[in-house]
Amino acid sequence: MAPEELTQWLARDLDAGFEEVVRTHQHRLFALALGMCGNPHDAEEVAQDTFVRAYRALKRFPPERLEELRLAAWLSRIAVNVVRNRVRSRRPALALLAGAEAEGVEVPERRAGPERTVLARAGVRRLAGLVAALPRAQREAVLLHSVQQLTYAEVAGALNLSEATVRSNVHRGLQALRARAGWLSEVS
Amino acid sequence: MNMVEEALHELSAARAPDGFLERTLRACGLRDSYAKVATPIGDYFVAWRGNRVSAVSRADKGLESFLNWFASEVGRSLEPAEGVPALIRRALLATRGQGLSYDFGQLTEFEQAVLRKTLEIPRGEVRSYGWVAREIGRPGAVRAVGTALRHNPIPLLIPCHRVVRGDGELGNYAGGHPELKKDILKLEGLDLGWLEDLARRHKRFLGSRTTHVFCQPTCSHARRIALDNRVEFSAEQEARAAGYRPCRDCRPVAA
Ligand SMILES: [Zn+2]
Repeated sequence: MAPEELTQWLARDLDAGFEEVVRTHQHRLFALALGMCGNPHDAEEVAQDTFVRAYRALKRFPPERLEELRLAAWLSRIAVNVVRNRVRSRRPALALLAGAEAEGVEVPERRAGPERTVLARAGVRRLAGLVAALPRAQREAVLLHSVQQLTYAEVAGALNLSEATVRSNVHRGLQALRARAGWLSEVS
Repeated sequence: MNMVEEALHELSAARAPDGFLERTLRACGLRDSYAKVATPIGDYFVAWRGNRVSAVSRADKGLESFLNWFASEVGRSLEPAEGVPALIRRALLATRGQGLSYDFGQLTEFEQAVLRKTLEIPRGEVRSYGWVAREIGRPGAVRAVGTALRHNPIPLLIPCHRVVRGDGELGNYAGGHPELKKDILKLEGLDLGWLEDLARRHKRFLGSRTTHVFCQPTCSHARRIALDNRVEFSAEQEARAAGYRPCRDCRPVAA
């Protein structure tokens, strides 16, 4: 479904439309949360909390704002704030713990061969941990751009930063990941 | 593509855990849950969505029948819950639904108006179908009020048992057998024998000689009138001719 169709649905019937929003965005948003938290348990909490906040906010939205709403960018922004608030309020060591416990993450088996599948899963687990250990500004920029697949302009809007800052954060974040992910090239 | 981008790509293909959609919709209050509650007058199923009650039904016809009825009347599916939220449970046990929120789903505006008005009738008091019709600004729609109350999806909490016929008979009951209506009213402290006696003698209002206000018989003000000061009236004109004005709380006659 095209993004405009989804926002039109929301304007027509918020409850039914929102069910479709969750259905459409759940996996991408969970992946984003996984990248930010580093483990699936926190990621699920963050993703769920994000949708609950989004739903409450939408209830108070005037229809004309609904029409111009960019759902993917808007949900990302909420998720980023949810994580920031969690880290600030009760989980200071979140990023440091990350990576060790990224069990139980399902990745679709797109590539042939059992070894490649196992490698992909292990890679995601390790990478989720590495991403979660990046400095916050780089982590958010990399995830919104690469995982949530927002444009630089959209990331800038969601994070309230300039596009130039976002570009630089994405660039430096990816560089840091490449440096830390030497193990990945060893097995390629 | 280098390995970091490839792994990021893999990360973006991660799937939310099984059941995430349902859990999230429930957390948003977009899913109905149900559970059984034992009350002094029998077992009931109660369904709610978020903090809103969407249905109450006697459990004597079984779960299957409740689920089918809910699907056809409300048009949504139900999921079993461990227990009923404490607020809803307490309200059910006390037949006090006034503090709760309700999900009236697909009911018409008229039906919703009838139910909201009925919700205002205090525990231990009764009003007539005609009173409800008048209060919602549809004085001619007495029969339609009766129909709406007969299909009340949330009996006990929306106290349709407190709406009775003008002639002293109790009338139909959405929550089950008419005898049950009697039992609930008795449980709420209503003296049915006394009400029937008044109806038999065609006494519709009670007045107070000290305040010169007249009430519906079950109004809390009427019940506080000392026996020596209490006068009975059969008609509005009779009360007005005697210098009495209608009570502002139970509003016994048209304004
Ligand atoms: Zn009164």
